[in-house]
Amino acid sequence: MQLEDLNIEFHALAGAIPAWRAQIGADRLQPVCAQVRESGGRLLALWGSDERANGQGFALHVALATHPGLLMLSLALDANQPAYPDISAIFPPAERMQRAAYDMLGLCAKDAVDQRKWIRHGCWPEGQFPLRKEFDFTQKMATGLDAYPFIPVLGDGVHEIPVGPVHAGTIEPGHFRFSIVGERVLRLEERLGYKHKGIEKLAETMDALQGAKLAGRVSGDATCAYAWAYAMALESMTGVTPPPRALLLRALLLERERIHNHLGDLGYLGNDVALSFGFAQFWILKEDVLRANGALFGHRYLMDRIIPGGVACDLPPQGKARLLAETEKLEQEIGTLRAIYDEHAGLQDRFLTTGRVSPDRAAKLGLTGLPGRASGQAWDLRAQYPCAPYNELDVRMATHRNGDVAARAIVRVEEVLESLRLTRLILDKLTEGPLTAPVPSAPAGAYGIGMVEGWRGEVLIGLQVGADNRIARMHPHDPSWQNWPVLEHAVIGNIVPDFPLINKSFNLSYTGQDL
Amino acid sequence: MYQILKQILKTGIKTEPHPVADDALRTAAQGLQAEILHVFGQALSIRHVDAGSCNGCELEIHALNNPYYNIEGLGIKFTASPRHADMLLVTGPVAKHMEVALKRTFDATPEPKFVVAIGDCGCTGGIFGESYASCGRVSNVIPVDVAVPGCPPTPIAIMQGILAAISAR
Repeated sequence: MQLEDLNIEFHALAGAIPAWRAQIGADRLQPVCAQVRESGGRLLALWGSDERANGQGFALHVALATHPGLLMLSLALDANQPAYPDISAIFPPAERMQRAAYDMLGLCAKDAVDQRKWIRHGCWPEGQFPLRKEFDFTQKMATGLDAYPFIPVLGDGVHEIPVGPVHAGTIEPGHFRFSIVGERVLRLEERLGYKHKGIEKLAETMDALQGAKLAGRVSGDATCAYAWAYAMALESMTGVTPPPRALLLRALLLERERIHNHLGDLGYLGNDVALSFGFAQFWILKEDVLRANGALFGHRYLMDRIIPGGVACDLPPQGKARLLAETEKLEQEIGTLRAIYDEHAGLQDRFLTTGRVSPDRAAKLGLTGLPGRASGQAWDLRAQYPCAPYNELDVRMATHRNGDVAARAIVRVEEVLESLRLTRLILDKLTEGPLTAPVPSAPAGAYGIGMVEGWRGEVLIGLQVGADNRIARMHPHDPSWQNWPVLEHAVIGNIVPDFPLINKSFNLSYTGQDL
Repeated sequence: MYQILKQILKTGIKTEPHPVADDALRTAAQGLQAEILHVFGQALSIRHVDAGSCNGCELEIHALNNPYYNIEGLGIKFTASPRHADMLLVTGPVAKHMEVALKRTFDATPEPKFVVAIGDCGCTGGIFGESYASCGRVSNVIPVDVAVPGCPPTPIAIMQGILAAISAR
């Protein structure tokens, strides 16, 4: 698809990734989405903003991934009756995003089938919308209990298992409602939003530089991806290009985040099928990586190391040798452990065909990121829209088509090995130079987008800055938005005891979608 | 099987010496009674409750179970139900949407019990503070015995906090 085919007047957004923005009328939303979908494009994110202070109404923002780049569509909505056409029939992941846009701002997706609340439980009343400017961030309201109409499954022998919000392990809170017959899952319905802590509204009390720290705490396990996406958004609107050494260090940190998360998941996947040997082994490797992070960069999870304009840490002189030695050791150990996983009959029996999402279904439902690549969805921003320094690294994307727990495990192994290859390349390219570029105040009304391939998938930050460099709107988008609904499909027909394994193989963020 | 045994032998024992309790982490006089300590002895069951964290603290709680820290070697294990727990390890600012669930989990935990709040958010509300959506620190919702700061606190700091809660003054 070429941009011209859409017949819309786009203007290019400055920044590290190819992106265009356009204002469109409400009548054009569905046809444009349908055309993008037909040409293989995807929905990345959907959110709203309150523009009434600027003499307008509300606005809806839709981010689409197409082969040429990122398309940002904005719709002006009425100040009194903000409504827009439903696009969830075209892009199924839009459904929950639309429901959230209603809960947070009162924007209504006309004719959408599911109009239930999503983020709102009992902590603010219906008819109030936290992201409207008149809503007071600090007010304390009486907490009501949540009444949520789950969809019942009826029939002989069907019964329900409610799980959560407090789960049996060290996991984030959320509610899962299983409808089962015997051991088999007929239907899973998720209820999320328990971790909603007002991140988007909180951002509007901050200035653009402070926002970076908050962005790095949207989902702590992906702090590098969020911090980089935020920095990219702010740099795009202020015309800043970080120095080459800073960009290489950012990539080094992002790959280390991918490595430690994938190692942890590979360990837990072993643990979940009673191979505690796998847990012990992979978590030794993970701990080694975290300790090196702490020793070299001053933080085990690298929080606040990526900042607008560059990086807040440097690789100390002895660091290169340590990282090269670590890389070699990891490659060796992962090779050994991979062979053990591959040949372990009990583990393979649990992994193979479990929680399968076929490539067809994945494409239809918009599965993205790591689980997407395990189901034949070949999207990886590092390969597709390689921002610097990835444009010089030639990232090899890992894809598989089986779409089961085994495939998601293999993609992790391959991605860790690729990250280790990238680590060597980055260390090789790293030359001396400054670590930051000064970031001026953003012009009032500035609009920027940042997007980074985190270990789960693409992390997107939409940023608008108002007067005095204050944040007017910050929308962080986690790939978990797309993938949570697909998890409901992945477990159908599986036995209940396999749910923890399937869930772990997706390893989605709760906080990233609850915000 | 041979490969697994070979790898285990090659890896050896990674577990490091455990840290000692950090009394500075106690928030207040706790009135710890000798009989409570007698009841717990050297076996403690912990129920973790994420009340609204960014999931950073969870990463370090997971790390407690890795072979380096080997918290089970101290007789401390994580349990699946608050009814089996002696201690709640609570992370995050308490999201309003988790307030009821946290209180119910606390109520379901039998006496005697301890609560350890983990991380800057658990200690003070952290960057998220108090708002329409956040109750702030854990002690705003349930009584807290020990609070461990850090963003996130290291596994050693979490262990010191746990030990501070259960060791006699």
